[in-house]
Amino acid sequence: MTPNVTQSDIEIIDLSKIFGSGDEAFKAVDHISVHIPDNEFFTLLGPSGCGKTTLLRLIAGFEQPSSGWIKLGGQDITALSPNHRPVNTVFQSYALFPHMSVADNVGFGLRMLGQSRRQIQHTVSEMLALVEMESLASRRPAQISGGQQQRVALARALAPRPRVLLLDEPLSALDLKLRKTMQTELKRLQAETGITFVFVTHDQQEALTLSDQIAVMHNGQILQVGTPQGIYNHPAERFVADFIGDSNFLSATVVQTNGHSAQVQLRSGAAIRASLPSTLAAAVGSSVTVVVRPEQATLADQGVLQGTLEQSLYFGTDTQMQIRLADGELFNLRRQNTIGQPALPAPGAAVQIAIAEGAAQVVRH
Amino acid sequence: MRALNHWATLSRWVLCTPALLILLLAASGPLLIVLVYSFLSPGAYGGVVWQFSTEGWFRVFFSRDIFDGSVAPAQAHLQIFWRSVRLALLTTFFAALLGFPTAWFIATRPAGTRELWLFLVTIPFWTNLVIRTFAIQEVIRNQGLINSALLNSGLINQPIQMLYTDFAILVGMTYVFLPLMVLPLYASMEKLDGRLLEAAYDLYASRARVLWHVIVPLVKPGFIAGSILVFIPAIGAYVTPRILGGGRNLMLGNLIELQFGQGRNWPLGAALALTLLVIVLVALLIYIRLVMRDPERDHG
Repeated sequence: MTPNVTQSDIEIIDLSKIFGSGDEAFKAVDHISVHIPDNEFFTLLGPSGCGKTTLLRLIAGFEQPSSGWIKLGGQDITALSPNHRPVNTVFQSYALFPHMSVADNVGFGLRMLGQSRRQIQHTVSEMLALVEMESLASRRPAQISGGQQQRVALARALAPRPRVLLLDEPLSALDLKLRKTMQTELKRLQAETGITFVFVTHDQQEALTLSDQIAVMHNGQILQVGTPQGIYNHPAERFVADFIGDSNFLSATVVQTNGHSAQVQLRSGAAIRASLPSTLAAAVGSSVTVVVRPEQATLADQGVLQGTLEQSLYFGTDTQMQIRLADGELFNLRRQNTIGQPALPAPGAAVQIAIAEGAAQVVRH
Repeated sequence: MRALNHWATLSRWVLCTPALLILLLAASGPLLIVLVYSFLSPGAYGGVVWQFSTEGWFRVFFSRDIFDGSVAPAQAHLQIFWRSVRLALLTTFFAALLGFPTAWFIATRPAGTRELWLFLVTIPFWTNLVIRTFAIQEVIRNQGLINSALLNSGLINQPIQMLYTDFAILVGMTYVFLPLMVLPLYASMEKLDGRLLEAAYDLYASRARVLWHVIVPLVKPGFIAGSILVFIPAIGAYVTPRILGGGRNLMLGNLIELQFGQGRNWPLGAALALTLLVIVLVALLIYIRLVMRDPERDHG
């Protein structure tokens, strides 16, 4: 079997990883199947303990799966040890070799691959230029800052030209400003190198900004895979809607369904149209949960929900309003702050809420 | 502020005084006595006569024929110097060879059980060195455990002479000094970040190359400390060569003892003791120079 060199997609088939045994057995990865396309920025997003790092370590080869397969470009790599996989990792703690200079760190993989001295020198300076670290090539890791160490770790992992780059929360140790810079940098590097990036993070903002596709993980399973827009606008699960962005959850009853959407009746009595995920079958008369993003709702003279304004929070670019609905639930509404807008109602005022067409989404509990 | 600094400095000196006194009285003092004795003349029944002489130092390196007074290098002494250095180096080497996997085994146990393993390593220290050395003698002597087992199994017809050889001394010293290598090696391995090994493994290094390019350079401080701790007592070892080497295979420690005992030549003994000190210092300097080489060159 000859691997197709141009294809670097990863196929994960029914993969499980169980730690411990008996009563203490813990399913870190629970029967996951997912396809990571070639040349994509693919993000594994989830809270800590959801199994995203274990999944990454399985792809790297640091852990052996309890069952299942991993294929790279069509070739089964499940049984290969890490040094035989054309896959490199950027570690959360960077894991730079403290006894080597920056240049020697970047060249380590190339030396292990047995490349010639000249070739190594050439690639190392190319990689250091890529991450703008040429001037510090002879320094030791301890002599450079955290952000610089991050760049060296990236250059070291990219130098052997892996077919897939795995990144384990590489930005979590950086301060906010540096993190923003590095996010742009990562996006640029992925585009320039054309290498498939598999990025692990618990930061939903980071995931939305960087990814071509996001897989949202929870309890060792992948709940939903999609583009940032798809995941944000059409969450299929309540957990996904809750974890990514702010959400209002409304109880409703299905009145009528037709394929991708459903007519649902809210507790206020009003009926609205809501999108229906393809994976969810909702029978007429069944009670469902509907998600509405705060920025997709507006104050109106004639709305579908009624309530009392409890307080307004000013955030500069926008203002968030907390509205107590007639059934006692709290509804968050966000309004962009532009010049010449009507004044906000005072706290305690009765308000009506309208929901934009296509903004409501039925989710699985 | 200035007064406070002054007090801080003063109290530092006061607190150091006991240590300084001990160093002065227990280390520098005896050394000075040995130095002075090495330039005196031997007394007829041991001890020294207060008369300046360089004969002690002369006899370290040369022997004078008692009949015609001709001078020749002291072959016996030089042989013993060489044997001591060689056996101490070999002991250090084998202690490192055995100590490395031992320390690695302990350092890779789950956090709670490491202390138990370390404790097991220190158990030999509970028994007197002389008794432990006699135990080794029991194992390797001609009618001992090993030879009996080999003879009974029919593998050999004649017992293998192991006792009273350099091999016996080497086995004994490696056994005795092994914990002194294991403990510092363990200390530096315990601090080793496991993710560095994963990183190397991820970057196409085989297990052997992870060991050579990452583990060995990073536990070097432990190696250096362990080597020094083993080499110094090994080169001056007295009990082990005495019991396992018999009378024929002397080491420096035995030679020195001989001069203060039966030899009744204290100045020669003192000069030999100082020669040992110089050998140790020179060996350490060479060793440190070697291992502290620019690490940049270690992985070209």
